[in-house]
Amino acid sequence: MRFLSIYKTVERKTPPTQEEMDRMGKYIEESMKSGALLATEGCLPSALGARIRSNGGKITVIDGPFTEAKEVVGGFALLQAGSKEEAVELTKRFLAFVGGDGECELRQIYEAPALAER
Amino acid sequence: MTPSDTHRAIDAIWRIESARLIARLTRMVGDVGIAEDVAQDALVAALETWPESGVPDNPGAWLMATAKHRAIDHLRRAKRLERKHEELGLEIEERQERAVQDLDVAIDDPVGDDLLRLVFIACHPVLSTEARVALTLRLLGGLTTEEIARAFLVPVPTIAQRIVRAKRSLTAARVPFEVPRGEELAARLSSVLAVIYLVFNEGYSATAGDAWVRPELCEDAMRLGRMLAELMPGEAEVHGLVAMMEIQASRLRARVGPSGEPVLLLDQDRSRWDKLLIGRGLAALARAEQLGGPHGPYALQGAIAACHARARTPEETDWTRLTALYDALAQLTPSPVVEVNRAVAYAFAFGPAAGLEIVDAVAAEPALQEYHLLPSVRGDLLARLGRFGEARVEFERAAALTRNTRERELLLGRAAACAGGKPGA
Repeated sequence: MRFLSIYKTVERKTPPTQEEMDRMGKYIEESMKSGALLATEGCLPSALGARIRSNGGKITVIDGPFTEAKEVVGGFALLQAGSKEEAVELTKRFLAFVGGDGECELRQIYEAPALAER
Repeated sequence: MTPSDTHRAIDAIWRIESARLIARLTRMVGDVGIAEDVAQDALVAALETWPESGVPDNPGAWLMATAKHRAIDHLRRAKRLERKHEELGLEIEERQERAVQDLDVAIDDPVGDDLLRLVFIACHPVLSTEARVALTLRLLGGLTTEEIARAFLVPVPTIAQRIVRAKRSLTAARVPFEVPRGEELAARLSSVLAVIYLVFNEGYSATAGDAWVRPELCEDAMRLGRMLAELMPGEAEVHGLVAMMEIQASRLRARVGPSGEPVLLLDQDRSRWDKLLIGRGLAALARAEQLGGPHGPYALQGAIAACHARARTPEETDWTRLTALYDALAQLTPSPVVEVNRAVAYAFAFGPAAGLEIVDAVAAEPALQEYHLLPSVRGDLLARLGRFGEARVEFERAAALTRNTRERELLLGRAAACAGGKPGA
């Protein structure tokens, strides 16, 4: 099973320090080592992003930063797990590792069945 | 959390933690069987305590600390016993004395080295291939005996016995807990890779049971392969195996048609290939190639898989490169099955006659007499050469050999077309 973990946290005003980057790099390496982390990326400040919305047939674009939002998306991870519980456990570890307040939304990814009867 | 929620959480934690736990404990107690027992004790303790107390914040550390206490108890008991049996010698006593002292140090050491040692123990040549597979899945994949039995469609007691015997053989042979070095490493590593490949293949083209593929087994093998690749980043063949598995697994969804029929590579809907896995596979292959040296058999198979993965349509396939890769593979690991694949590549690259020449050279191989792809490929090449009479015979033979109903229909259809003087493909 695959899960998408979307990490949301209060946006910081300062870029991560070299030490934080190194720590995160090591953590990602460890997670890759277990075979559980398929892909992960972290986001640049929301000032560089935009929200594109469709409403009643009209599409609007609102450029970042998303100052009105308490928490914004900070990154994502794509996890390979044997069960939802395992994905939850991996996500708990990630949150404990980064520290601070934040939330991960965990969603199971649809995978076309590869099983077939002979 | 309800008790059953906690149990599911414990299962998940076990799957994540057990390999590291057992690896570390094996170093402490010097015996993989005892290490696993001690780890299981810790698991039982968790199952007893956590439903009441809740799952601790750092469950891995909890399991490790609990297991460590049990390991110390075990070592002290063993030591007391040894005092009574002095014939066992001072050396073992000293070793265990040291092991107790090492316990605290070991907690802080990187666990990677121990994991790697555990990999080599589980795939040790004193064990049968079946035992290696069972022990690897159990110790490193975190699978239960029941899960392994289900995956290989073998009764649970058979697997349980296989694991018990394997652990006993390792103890009896006094297999050291270490990563082989020098010349031994290559042979031992290839045995490890063979175990992972076997698990993957059993998932990819199940030899037993109703299901044609069992993706969970592929996933287990890929997890093991990815782990090994990070533990041994300098071994090109490990990356080669990972590349091959990632890319082959990328086609799992496309290999089965809407009504469950197998779909051959060139007929697959390539938009259904898993781009993420292809990307990972190509990256793994690049790592193997960056390490230099000639391609080993896994890197070659990875490169072959990559060749197909890079082609957006079957027509874009670089068949000339495939013939070269199959030539190299046939030299390294000659086998009639490789020859049949090589023939297909030659036929696409240089015309059906070139392919037929290779197929005819192996057609008499006893190993291929039940292999339905041989007459099926030969029939196709003959039909493309306009030799419909011979082609028809081959298609009929292939139809009689295949165990797959839909494939049989397809082959009989082609045989009928040949009877009418058409290639029918």
